[in-house]
Amino acid sequence: MGTSTERGSRSRQREAPYSDEYRDWLRMMLLIRRFEERAGEAYAVGQIGGFCHLYIGQEAVAVGTLSALREDDWVVSAYREHGQALARGMSSRSVMAELYGKATGCSGGKGGSMHLFDTSVRFMGGHGIVGGQIPLGAGFAFSARYRKTDEVSISYFGEAAANIGSFHEALNMAALWKLPALFVIENNGYGMGTAVGRASAITDLAERAASYGMPGVTVDGQDVVAVREATDEAVARARAGEGPTLMDIITYRYVGHSMSDAPHGTYRSKEEVDERRGRDPITVLADRMRELGLLDDDGMAELEADVAAEVADAVQFAEDSPEPDAEQLWTDVYAPVKEND
Amino acid sequence: MATLTYRDALNAALREEMERDDTVFLMGEEVAEYNGAYKVSKGLLDEFGPMRVVDTPIAELGFAGIGVGAAMTGLRPVIEMMTWNFALLAIDQIVNAAAKIRYMSGGQIACPIVFRGPGGAALQLGAQHSQAFESWYAHIPGLKVVMPATPADAKGLLKSAIRDEDPVIFIEGEMLYNLKGEVPDEEYVTPIGEADVKRAGTDATIICHSKTVAPALNAAKALEDDGIDCEVIDLRTIRPLDTAAILASVAKTNRIVVAEEGWEFAGVGAQVADLVQREAFDDLDHPVLRVHQADVPMPYNKHLEKAAKADANKIAAAVRTVCYRD
Ligand SMILES: Cc1ncc(C[n+]2csc(CCOP(=O)(O)OP(=O)(O)O)c2C)c(N)n1
Repeated sequence: MGTSTERGSRSRQREAPYSDEYRDWLRMMLLIRRFEERAGEAYAVGQIGGFCHLYIGQEAVAVGTLSALREDDWVVSAYREHGQALARGMSSRSVMAELYGKATGCSGGKGGSMHLFDTSVRFMGGHGIVGGQIPLGAGFAFSARYRKTDEVSISYFGEAAANIGSFHEALNMAALWKLPALFVIENNGYGMGTAVGRASAITDLAERAASYGMPGVTVDGQDVVAVREATDEAVARARAGEGPTLMDIITYRYVGHSMSDAPHGTYRSKEEVDERRGRDPITVLADRMRELGLLDDDGMAELEADVAAEVADAVQFAEDSPEPDAEQLWTDVYAPVKEND
Repeated sequence: MATLTYRDALNAALREEMERDDTVFLMGEEVAEYNGAYKVSKGLLDEFGPMRVVDTPIAELGFAGIGVGAAMTGLRPVIEMMTWNFALLAIDQIVNAAAKIRYMSGGQIACPIVFRGPGGAALQLGAQHSQAFESWYAHIPGLKVVMPATPADAKGLLKSAIRDEDPVIFIEGEMLYNLKGEVPDEEYVTPIGEADVKRAGTDATIICHSKTVAPALNAAKALEDDGIDCEVIDLRTIRPLDTAAILASVAKTNRIVVAEEGWEFAGVGAQVADLVQREAFDDLDHPVLRVHQADVPMPYNKHLEKAAKADANKIAAAVRTVCYRD
């Protein structure tokens, strides 16, 4: 028998699964939010270039799914991947420095916002061709099985990517071969300016799973706990050799598609954006924690201050970091030539 | 030395590399139970089992990507394209993923993968099944492009390609599978990036590769009667191009003809001509001439098809021209 406090936390655990992880999740969602806001500012003043796609509003998807994975699992995503990179444990310094194109960035400044890589946490990239990463994710799962491990892979993509050939081809083969893969649709409702119903004949995308003979689940992507629960199930199936799962995680991006797109205007109304912002993943978790007595105003302020400091440090690091050497232009095209070969 | 067909030489390379390294696997349409559309993978399923000889659905984009993903984790996939015409469906994964992973990741991730299968025209297969795409892939930094013309090179180069740390486009000759030739009995590899002087000569150089090697040699033979002594160079690798071998030959013969199966525009011959005018302008006694497919989709009719293709007569005519003998 434990002490009364332990009993208390255990019974809370029973009512509220994962509650011992809530604080970490809240912190990570806050970190992603503040990181992305700061990235948006840096973009506006030209410190970040190119295409840049922010994750604001979708934080619970990355945090809920990635908290369910092991270190030796494989992660791959599209170009809207800053959130997953952070939630996978890449340092905010190395991600921000990459957005700045600096030598200290996770891809040495050669990838940029859309191509974050870090093999130390098996983060196998941000990829810029819609849907192109989905077969890669199936390939990691193929490899996991080939090497007789119980590693799983998780592939993230938007709902618009569910209309491209690579999605169908990869899911069919993954199911055919029962690969240990999770296919996560981050369904933020729009592919650029195209609402899901203007591009998909079936808008309940989880139904698509039936055509590959794999389970398809629809998940509330603004509730990190729901995301985590659904992911745990899919991971357990994959690790047990029962094959892949398609997860349609319903979320919303509060910001424009990329930095050149206004948050609302042509393809969606201000009212719609305001309404969807009303159910914010950070608030949803914070409220739950308050109800359970796991968070108060001081606790929240502390977390805010903590992530603000981390983001400020990341920005400082990125600003202070050197540009890649000019010779870096020519490296990493092919394997370095071995001496005495 | 044993005499093997080009097909069996490729088969031997696959078998030896799969025996040597258990991260090597073969994946593609009909590679396992059917023994390969061109029987290159004959017997491999029985020997290595279905985990390492993997039949796929008809989904070039998907299985090319699965191969790239597997390569990114350290495996060494050999992805068979039933023919390179169908690899157009997979070109996104080849160009946007395989060729770019090392660079985009700042050197963190290698992609040791081979895409292989027959390219070029066979006989009367029509416009969609008779295409030579080597110049497309050779355009891409991050890819290597290898095209053996003989059984010995087929074996040695495929072994090198499988051991290479970078993605290799390995284009076999659809018409070469039955070609017989001597193949060394002992273990060997043929290095990527080295051309082969098939025939030494002093009057003109014919640069060729894959299926144009035999017509180039035939042309050289025929030209002996005209007193023209040709050097014939089989590029073997298109990228990286063996520029030293080309320039050394031009310095000797001062005349050069480039023969290839593909089309003229931005073709392999264009790259060779550019190299030679830039690096060996003063060596040239005549502008570089090129022999290539007529600038049209391949016709089905056999007379029209013959007229469209590069052949020994066209090569010989070009050599006469560069020697001012026509
Ligand atoms: C094959 C391809 N076509 C078009 C584009 C341009 N493009 C980039 S993002 C995008 C919308 C994708 O939407 P979705 O998959 O839902 O992801 P989201 O941006 O909402 O995260 C388009 C059309 C591309 N990158 N790749």
